[in-house]
Amino acid sequence: MTLNDTVLTNDGLDARATGTVLLIACGALAHEILALKRINAWDHLDLTCLPAILHNHPDRIPDAVSDAVLRHRSQYDQIFVVYADCGTGGLLEKRCRELGVQMIPGPHCYSFFEGNDTFAARDEMTAFYLTDFLVRQFEAFVIKPLGLDRHPELRDMYFGHYEKLVYQAQTDDPDLTDKAKACADRLELTFERRFTGYGQLQTELAQIGTSTGA
Amino acid sequence: MSEEDDEIILSELDDEELVQQMFDDLYDGLKEEIEEGVNILLERGWQPYRILTEALVGGMTIVGNDFRDGILFVPEVLLAANAMKGGMAILKPLLVETGAPRVGKMVIGTVKGDIHDIGKNLVSMMMEGAGFEVVDLGINNAVEAYLEALEKEQPDILGMSALLTTTMPYMKVVIDTLVEKGIRDDYTVLVGGAPLNEEFGKAIGADAYCRDAAVAVETAKTFMARKHNQLAAG
Repeated sequence: MTLNDTVLTNDGLDARATGTVLLIACGALAHEILALKRINAWDHLDLTCLPAILHNHPDRIPDAVSDAVLRHRSQYDQIFVVYADCGTGGLLEKRCRELGVQMIPGPHCYSFFEGNDTFAARDEMTAFYLTDFLVRQFEAFVIKPLGLDRHPELRDMYFGHYEKLVYQAQTDDPDLTDKAKACADRLELTFERRFTGYGQLQTELAQIGTSTGA
Repeated sequence: MSEEDDEIILSELDDEELVQQMFDDLYDGLKEEIEEGVNILLERGWQPYRILTEALVGGMTIVGNDFRDGILFVPEVLLAANAMKGGMAILKPLLVETGAPRVGKMVIGTVKGDIHDIGKNLVSMMMEGAGFEVVDLGINNAVEAYLEALEKEQPDILGMSALLTTTMPYMKVVIDTLVEKGIRDDYTVLVGGAPLNEEFGKAIGADAYCRDAAVAVETAKTFMARKHNQLAAG
């Protein structure tokens, strides 16, 4: 399946109506989840994604997840929400509990890609994080919504207290690393690349397979 | 259309037109024009407090409403705030000199582990615009920093801000410490930040959760009025 990042950003991804477990995920995780599905032959998992740009509007995530769960739940044995808290201040967790569906633990994808415990132990408050997807969609997620394309003078108001940009690499891609470095330069932050692979995303999804006996 | 044909000479506008033009200039984030407008009104004998409330706060209220209604977005609000800041910088020393009314005093800061201050800065500015004296502690404040400032400044209101789900629980640490020390009821505690909500504000024992800067100002005013009424009744 060929994925289009712009479509994942704005529209998400439709389920294929195959498998017994539906993953409802952020569009920013589509590449990684489909790669894990392929590598591990997790044929019992189907995937639908909500628009990744909800990342910039966390207040809209609980309702969007809720709608997707209610729309799909009759067609699957189980639904798993592939979101962490993602800035919802605990509201997504509460909603998932009410709906009786599980989600990924942790504050956000930067945390579970690295592993929640490792990420928390770093305690890096002056780091700005990008993943593979966010590097590719840097303009759509950072530059344009913050108005930095039109008003670069706002840089200090947004990033004045940040010190470094951490690129959490899910894959080894020199071009993407170059692009991430350019993102750091543009934000006037020092650059650090950390290879995370799929991290806790992989272990969490693997457990779904185990628990369903698939 | 050429800019020359359209250029507006601020000093040629009458007071009412000038204030309306300043609303537009604030909306468009034109800092230099706002500074010029403030200086013109001062030259015309306007009191600093009147310029602040009628021209600057009036203009920012429109910006705030359009932000709330999804017409304006964060970058435009920041540009408008920056323009207002330019006007405020001229007025602030004059407000002190002219003895402008003081509604109350607030200590505000972003909590420990959090470096985000855009929302907090907007609240500070709008609170100042509404006549509050604001002591801004900046970012990454541990409970000790809040306590020290409360002791030193004796404010009416404590404001705490957080942008991260991981840092917002620290607000409870601060409030619990105030309770332990028996000083919780000495202050109105207002909290805000993107991941917060009303339920969270109640759960941690804050007096109110404020969705945005405009709500923060209105909430602060309400609590100050209540305080004055209680004092009058007592």
